Amino acid sequence: MAFEAGKIYAVWLREVKRFTNSKARIVSSMGQPILFLVALGGGFSALIPGFNYMAFLLPGIVAMTVMFTSIFAGVSIIWDREFGFLKEMLAAPTSRETIVMGRILGGATTALLQGVLMFVLGMLFTGVAVPPLANILGILVLMTVFSCYLVAAGIAIASVVQEVETFQLLMNFLVMPLFFLSSALFPLEQMPAWLRDISSLNPVSYAIDGMRTLVIGTSHFGLLYDFGVSFGILAIAFAAATYFFNKTSI
Amino acid sequence: MSELEAIYAIWLREFRVYLREKERAISSIVSPLLWLFAFGTGLGASVAIAGVNYQLFIFPGIIAMTLMFTSIFYGMYVIWDRKLDFLKEVLVAPLSRRDVFLGKMLGGVTDAMIQAAVLLMLAGVLGIPVTSYGALMALPAMLLITVCMTSIGLFFGAVFSSFESFQLVMQFVLWPMFFFSGALFPLENLPGWLASLTYFDPLTYGVDAMRGVMLGMGKMPFEIDLLVLGVFTLVTLWMGASAFERMGKI
Amino acid sequence: MITTSRLTKKFGKLAAVDSLSLDIPEGEVFGLLGPNGAGKTTTINLLITLLKPTSGSATVNGIDVVKHPAEVRKNIGVVFQEPSVDDLLSGKENLEMHAMLYSMPGELRRRRVEEVLELVELTDRKDDWVKTYSGGMRRRLELARGLMHHPKVLFLDEPTLGLDPQTRQHIWKYIARLAKEENMTVVLTTHYMEEADLLCSRIGIMDHGKIVALGTPKRLKHEVGGDVVVLKQEGFDRSCLKGLKFVKKVKVDGDEVFLTVEHAHENLQRLLSAVGRVRSVEVREASLNEVFLKYTGRKYREEEEGAEGGWAERTMNAEAQRD
Repeated sequence: MAFEAGKIYAVWLREVKRFTNSKARIVSSMGQPILFLVALGGGFSALIPGFNYMAFLLPGIVAMTVMFTSIFAGVSIIWDREFGFLKEMLAAPTSRETIVMGRILGGATTALLQGVLMFVLGMLFTGVAVPPLANILGILVLMTVFSCYLVAAGIAIASVVQEVETFQLLMNFLVMPLFFLSSALFPLEQMPAWLRDISSLNPVSYAIDGMRTLVIGTSHFGLLYDFGVSFGILAIAFAAATYFFNKTSI
Repeated sequence: MSELEAIYAIWLREFRVYLREKERAISSIVSPLLWLFAFGTGLGASVAIAGVNYQLFIFPGIIAMTLMFTSIFYGMYVIWDRKLDFLKEVLVAPLSRRDVFLGKMLGGVTDAMIQAAVLLMLAGVLGIPVTSYGALMALPAMLLITVCMTSIGLFFGAVFSSFESFQLVMQFVLWPMFFFSGALFPLENLPGWLASLTYFDPLTYGVDAMRGVMLGMGKMPFEIDLLVLGVFTLVTLWMGASAFERMGKI
Repeated sequence: MITTSRLTKKFGKLAAVDSLSLDIPEGEVFGLLGPNGAGKTTTINLLITLLKPTSGSATVNGIDVVKHPAEVRKNIGVVFQEPSVDDLLSGKENLEMHAMLYSMPGELRRRRVEEVLELVELTDRKDDWVKTYSGGMRRRLELARGLMHHPKVLFLDEPTLGLDPQTRQHIWKYIARLAKEENMTVVLTTHYMEEADLLCSRIGIMDHGKIVALGTPKRLKHEVGGDVVVLKQEGFDRSCLKGLKFVKKVKVDGDEVFLTVEHAHENLQRLLSAVGRVRSVEVREASLNEVFLKYTGRKYREEEEGAEGGWAERTMNAEAQRD
């Protein structure tokens, strides 16, 4: 592997600039998670008595924000290929690992910004107390790892799947199921066994469970598992991203 | 060419496109199923509404959601047609814009109704107790929902010119209409000011009518639901048709 | 500077580049001409390491493209045929990012960015998003980007496609100057015969993945046999041409006579004296068009409509899926 810091920075900068250049998109991409939080939280709080559902839902919605932004950032390679910009990167004297690294960091930066913004807004809406500093740091680490592995997964997918048309399919068959079949919306303890089993196999559940533990203190898997699984998936996703991106063609 | 024949020609084109784009059809079945099963059972294990299992409670709402999403997206694809000049041929043909609108609208209604029918059949297979009597009785409400929503979609398709507007409509029209229609939870659960807004949501009446005939859980009389929905539909039909009259090339 | 030896690239059964052997010395401006699908772009993609050859080998600046692709990329600059600039960044940001990817130091970076922007006349639009640029402006930006790191070898795939004649001339001048001053080797594909004629020291005509003709523009034109003189005369008699060695070929079509003549401008007087009174006379100079026609059996279409439309459509597809 060969990493070149200056070039990683260049690739990172491009991702971040593309993001900050479209301020309208930043604002509009917050609309959906806020709506989910208000509508689902408001609608279900009364249905699930003895339980602060809004507070429970918040980490799940933050995870949704991070998920969408991260996977989109990774998969955007498909558009770069379509628009020809990928050629510019591939023809430059830059190792493939450098490009992958720069894109992961760039995508994660934007996703993290969105996630933190959503967290702050969500806390205002739900009245969840600000967690202690150590917990905040823990949340940031977990969100970073979570978002990095999702960008990496997106890159791996985009390196293999080359057609823009498949994108909509990916969203429906991958991203939405990953979100719905996780611990994002409901406590795992209350799910039917089959759904709980599927959710326990879904790595997204662990990232959400970890964040939830650090925000409101209810844990299902235990923090050790939450971090362990997330770092493990990051290693696998990063390996997959570099492997497939190395083989990708224009 | 008689007017009816022209409308038929436009409808036929849309229907053929629908039959060919299998991915689109498949994906628009998958997300309702996710809502129904992941969401419905996730919460259904612990929640019942007025003695009705939660999954069953949301079933009419999920059908309405399928109708709405399929219809509105269908309508907004007109932006695409205009960009790629598919529509030019039709627009220079000797037929009125109102007929173009009608043909398109009927095409969308056909697509959406097929989607909903597939979902109804799948539900039977997957063990959701819906009687064919209930389903048949729901037909008028379903038809009115798709006519209304396709017209809204075509209206946006004629008014907007950029693909970015998909995102905006999704966030500021589709999701709110869905969430605040009572599809997922009884509207009494919402705070008062929000609950009163739901009366301006045409989908509220559609969902209520469907839930009334399918589960016997309507809040308002079936005839009143249909009447209000009918008025909404007339208004959107007029909006869509007049937007088509004024529509130009992009 | 560039050597290829039996270079082959197959897509399935089709050999897009078929056992190509070429030698391009340093400082040469080499033009690849050929009909659509002849393998020009594939050849370039092989040389710039974006594609791996099925068999055979190639070196750029003495470096093997298969074994050390990263090293090769340090020595080259590329201007792609299809747009490859980032539409959500400004023109200047695109150039800055390029400079960073090519490890250009800060001071030099700033200077070159200004310099190439000036060259392609985009200075006043440098802070606007590329999204708002016209097709021609994007093309110019791309050209600026390919040139800005002053590579040893510059690959230009249809560099002036879709540009107005004035900008085109401008760019030609700059390419010629760069090649000379920096001793830069340039490989370009083009559809414009005028471009090839004016810019290239040598031309290779490609068809079906092979080079079918190779030489300086002058020599290639000479090989076609010279200029064509068209006379209009009733009752033309071939015997009057006897003894005129510069007339290579004669073809009569009704009252029109087509004569292939060497150095028509100098020999026209003698020719007309021998033929006698004519109704009209027209001299068609030998051009690369004739050369092209001779070797590929196809006429050269000056503008590729299809390529442009295809691109627009893809852009639209991608845009639609973006949201």
